[in-house]
Amino acid sequence: MPSEPSRRVEDKLFYNRYLVDSGRAHIKVRPHTTPSSRLLSMLKACPARCYELSDKGHVEVTVDGCIECGTCRVICEESGDIEWSYPRGGYGVLFKFG
Amino acid sequence: MIEERFDAIVVGAGMGGNAAALTMAERGLKVLQLERGEYSGSKNVQGAILYADMLEKLIPNFREDAPLERHLVEQRFWIVDERSHTGIHYRSDDFNEEKPNRYTIIRAQFDKWFSQKVREAGATVLCETTVTELLQDSHGRVVGVRTDRDGGEIHADVVVLAEGVNGVLGTGAGLRGRPKPDKVALAVKEMHFLSRETIDARFNLKGDEGLVIEAAGTISRGMTGMGFIYSNKECISLGIGCLVADFQRTGETPYGLLEGFKRHPSVAPLIEGSEVKEYSAHLIPEGGYKAIPQLCGEGWVVVGDAAQLNNAIHREGSNLAMTSGRIAAEAICLIKSRNDPMTAKNLSLYKKLLDDSFVIKDLKKYKDMPALMHTHSQNFFLTYPQLFSKAMQDYVRVDGTPKLEKEKLMLSSFIKARSWSGLFSDALRIARAWR
Repeated sequence: MPSEPSRRVEDKLFYNRYLVDSGRAHIKVRPHTTPSSRLLSMLKACPARCYELSDKGHVEVTVDGCIECGTCRVICEESGDIEWSYPRGGYGVLFKFG
Repeated sequence: MIEERFDAIVVGAGMGGNAAALTMAERGLKVLQLERGEYSGSKNVQGAILYADMLEKLIPNFREDAPLERHLVEQRFWIVDERSHTGIHYRSDDFNEEKPNRYTIIRAQFDKWFSQKVREAGATVLCETTVTELLQDSHGRVVGVRTDRDGGEIHADVVVLAEGVNGVLGTGAGLRGRPKPDKVALAVKEMHFLSRETIDARFNLKGDEGLVIEAAGTISRGMTGMGFIYSNKECISLGIGCLVADFQRTGETPYGLLEGFKRHPSVAPLIEGSEVKEYSAHLIPEGGYKAIPQLCGEGWVVVGDAAQLNNAIHREGSNLAMTSGRIAAEAICLIKSRNDPMTAKNLSLYKKLLDDSFVIKDLKKYKDMPALMHTHSQNFFLTYPQLFSKAMQDYVRVDGTPKLEKEKLMLSSFIKARSWSGLFSDALRIARAWR
């Protein structure tokens, strides 16, 4: 099957409501020179496409569109590649239907 | 610090947490329930099917005012390849009964209603509050929680961990490990809105009748996974899930898979012209019996998804959460009524009662299924579906080929793909794991 245009997931996130906790990202990527295979897998596995590769070849996370599933935690937390927590109370994704 | 002391703190307001909080509050315990969402339900994601029996045990007259969508009268199981589906459909007018057995629900709305019942029973429900860690004394005994509110330490005799599949607090306190990538599935879902009449017509439904379609095959591209379509009153819940380890291994994207499922020729006409109003994702425990962690300890119990209680074969999760929440609460109430302390030994009553219930009995029955499905995913989710689809097409297509010749070709295609010993061992393994 052909791969889907990458912008589609941004379209999907547009349906959702969020209360963004500015300046308090609930997921942080450990600074690295070369990303681990686990971090690289998040570029595809994150359902909200929060993980992206920077121009310098680092994996970066932007949590504004995060739907708080925990996939990156399951893959990347144990090894220390990321620090993961839930957003502060009331912040983050606000599901209308769930 | 909140000076007030509680008999029990319940972390989370999903099915397990609400069942536990309701049960304890109804029996007179002083209960505090903490929920990180803006209201109970706003962080909760499920398909979703509600099983009436388990809710009746908590709220017998729930049908009077619960926000139910449709009661299920039809179940379709599909094996799909790229262009076809082979289906087993079961529909019965028996399901149009006075007290239907299964309903579709929309979790954010249902959970809000459920939470109201918890409040009416006398529990204090505090939303927009994330519990950041468990408070433990010098002996490791859980004595309360710390939240992200100012002075957020709160003490209680026992903490019910209904924190959901990620189980962050339990991991943080060393009560259990993190879910492993091969023990949880990632599911993504969209809510497709259509008029009620359109849904009725497309799915052959009337009144509040509803239907479920579950599909497995090439839509998961060789990964262990399944697609689902649930009819609500005025929308369709449509999603697909696969093991996290498979996503990690293959580099497939969850949204790519979802788009592929939506484009499938058997699915596309069902949602044509719909308006999508939400996109969500959620982890589902898939490890079964062997992945169940320690269920209780000094001053704590764990219920629902946080305890990885999910029957992946029958796709039952929320009812296991509700039941484990209720049983844990009943055990706590019994210990409390004897004025006994909430020690690991006393709380093990919860485990004993759960072991005697359908929750653990069912999970035990299928204890070998996860290993089977997860280690041979190519065969079960790609090769067999393609073989079945081809066989079905050959069977129904009339083209002058003698039937005997068709059957021989069909058989040889199976042998070529899996070999006699492969076919035999697959059948044997399924039979064993099923028993």
